[in-house]
Amino acid sequence: MIAEIGHFSLILALAVALVQAVLPMVGAARNNAAWMATAAPTALVQLACIATAFGCLMTAFVTSDFTVANVMQNSNSLQPMIYKVSATWGNHEGSMVLWVLILAVFGAMVAAFGRNLPPSLKARVLSVQSMTGVGFLLFILLTSNPFERVIPAPLDGRDLNPLLQDPGLAFHPPMLYVGYVGFSMAFSFAIAALIEGKVDAAWARWVRPWTLVAWSFLTAGIGLGAWWAYYELGWGGWWYWDPVENASFMPWLVGTALLHSSIIVEKRDALKTWTILLAILTFSLSLIGTFLVRSGVLTSVHAFATDPERGVFILLLLVVAIGGSLVLYAWRAPLLKGGGLFAPISREGALVLNNLLLTTAAATVFIGTLYPLFLEAFDGGKVSVGPPFFNATFVPLMIPLVLALGVGPMLGWKRGDLAGAIARLKFAFVFTLVVTIVAAYVSWGRSIFGVLGLTLAGWLVGCVLTEFGARIGLFRLESRDVLRRMTGMPRGAWGMTIAHLGFAITVAGASGASLWQDEVIENLRAGETLSIVGYDFTLRNVDTVQGPNYTAQRGVFTVRRDGVVITTLAPERRRYIVTGTETTEAALYSQWHADLYAVIGQGGGQDGGKESWTVRLYFKPLVPWLWAGTLLMVLGGFVSLSDRRLRIGAPTARRAAHRVSPTAQPAE
Amino acid sequence: MSRLVFIAPLILFAVVAAYFAIGLTKNASILPSALIDKPVPTFDLPPLKDTKPGLATADLKDDVVLVNMFASWCVPCRAEHPLLMQLARDKIVPIIGLNWKDRKTDAIAWLDELGDPYARIGHDPSGRTGIDWGVYGVPETYLIDRDGRIRFKYVGPMFPETFAEKFLPLIKDLRK
Repeated sequence: MIAEIGHFSLILALAVALVQAVLPMVGAARNNAAWMATAAPTALVQLACIATAFGCLMTAFVTSDFTVANVMQNSNSLQPMIYKVSATWGNHEGSMVLWVLILAVFGAMVAAFGRNLPPSLKARVLSVQSMTGVGFLLFILLTSNPFERVIPAPLDGRDLNPLLQDPGLAFHPPMLYVGYVGFSMAFSFAIAALIEGKVDAAWARWVRPWTLVAWSFLTAGIGLGAWWAYYELGWGGWWYWDPVENASFMPWLVGTALLHSSIIVEKRDALKTWTILLAILTFSLSLIGTFLVRSGVLTSVHAFATDPERGVFILLLLVVAIGGSLVLYAWRAPLLKGGGLFAPISREGALVLNNLLLTTAAATVFIGTLYPLFLEAFDGGKVSVGPPFFNATFVPLMIPLVLALGVGPMLGWKRGDLAGAIARLKFAFVFTLVVTIVAAYVSWGRSIFGVLGLTLAGWLVGCVLTEFGARIGLFRLESRDVLRRMTGMPRGAWGMTIAHLGFAITVAGASGASLWQDEVIENLRAGETLSIVGYDFTLRNVDTVQGPNYTAQRGVFTVRRDGVVITTLAPERRRYIVTGTETTEAALYSQWHADLYAVIGQGGGQDGGKESWTVRLYFKPLVPWLWAGTLLMVLGGFVSLSDRRLRIGAPTARRAAHRVSPTAQPAE
Repeated sequence: MSRLVFIAPLILFAVVAAYFAIGLTKNASILPSALIDKPVPTFDLPPLKDTKPGLATADLKDDVVLVNMFASWCVPCRAEHPLLMQLARDKIVPIIGLNWKDRKTDAIAWLDELGDPYARIGHDPSGRTGIDWGVYGVPETYLIDRDGRIRFKYVGPMFPETFAEKFLPLIKDLRK
């Protein structure tokens, strides 16, 4: 019964979405206030329907209703509750319902909080948002019904993919989707603006918070995914340039560009058509990512069960959504009036450079990810170009990006003084030099690239601190005034400082983590000791442990440094009962500067009568900085989001009240 | 010129979409290789592990074998791996590994984690031997007959169905 209610709610949601897609759009074209006014209530009803469907699906999972095919295939009665819940979105069908749920949440937020939007813009935005919804609801109902029944019902389910039974990955998809799907807002605003034929500072101010929300969540989602890969896949890599990772990284790169270019639209009224294009591209890449992951055109560890029929449907969806919006762009964008001019050396110029580098980086990732597909078209097969390609193309693009990122915020709007800016960066130069010398000394003869990475990170930190110091008048003003300036500093500026600092720390973490790790592999018997970089790991014993739905071999290590016990690590090798798959659960000990990482491998080697185990130990310098840096970026995003300027309605409503005639108020 | 700038994204997308469409309809991973029916190239690779022999041309002359190219950074290889493990367990055909453009420690860790189905493994960190074989990317699998000739080449991850359809009949034929 519950499954049927869910199914019915989805159908109802589709009907409501159709109304929301058509009526407000036609109403806006005919200037019919009543029709436009249907946008907001339908958005709320659509959300209610989809939320009901999602709730029903989750109920089926929580109560282990194995008459529902989806539950049977992806859950098991032995599974811990948290994974029963997360199994709701740990499969293709369920994750698509989550997808449309988030889409509807964003639509409903515009409906609820967008009171100060001009009614025609609001109607068109909600209509476009709902068109996307119609496409995906149709996709779910026609090719991926999550509520299908199996009769007769099996006794038990097949278990969720063990790799997904992990706290990190349980919450990774919702985060990622809020990011992915959140860019739909920027997309809807862009399309609405193209139809309206008007892009101005106010438009940018409405788009920016949505982009910021999406960007912050996407950053968090990607970070969580990398963290999961780091400790779960068992050899401490955190980024594999896997198609699925790239699918989320491309929207991030272009979304970051969008975030920055919309500043120019807001402050300088320039770069409008470019910003519109970025908004379209960002969401298009989100859609393409969805296609790549689910159609089976590319192979990946994370792959959902793939199905060519679904592939055809999503491809049609892509052609209509992306093709349609690009046709609209080709037709309408030339009509948008350009705004303020600026010299190449200026804040705008620096942001344009940022945009060019980020989009080029996204393009290289795009080519690298799809190269196998291009090859396949010429009778090749599914192959992987792998990290060698990306390290050779992507990483070099990050060098000018970081260098320019340091200087950019020091330049003035419209026309900047590069010599002056560089002169003010004396401190940054000195700081960079110190960082380089320390890095070179610590890692002498090991990796020149690691030193280069830390140099770049040092430069960025130096620049960010210089800019921050200049803004608050550090060393220039009295401490009372400095404090006053700090508290008076706009949240947007705080956000920028924090996020840029986070980026620098991430760069440092990535350099250290990829270039300086140490590792040892050895067969160990109980009682034996293996050492790495001055840490001594003693294998105390290996026990068989019974988990709720798995059995595990757990090795217990005592870790000593100079004879002093610092921690105990207990890595596991699990075998899941239902599927028979094995996973490695690495054990980690994090310090501020490095992680100790232990993995227990296959046992069984009989060595002198006593059983021995393959043990792998890693010393991973600066890895914790990756996570800290990512967190700072996310924090920067949210701090920036809390800026007065973006607080929906606050300043604009007051100004709008002076300027705009009463008829332009929302029609609800 | 200005008009063209605005149309360019549309044209680019059309090209990409066309590729997607081809990618969806095509599923043929069978590649006519210039080396089919030719003897395997001459090479001599050091072993990946101390416990297992390396790989040279002369090692491929006694039996019908699979030569599987893999790398720890290659995600499709991970997808293919359970099949290789099963083939090794059921002793269907000896599998010989060629570890391509990979770090030694990474590759060993990878095999430690997922199991090692290979009878011998050659380590090709520079990718030079791979080029002689005509590797496009990993994974790739070659079927070698008793005379050391390449009889069949498959690009991309093998799955149980592909193996049963493409490889098994050939293997039986070659063993006669």
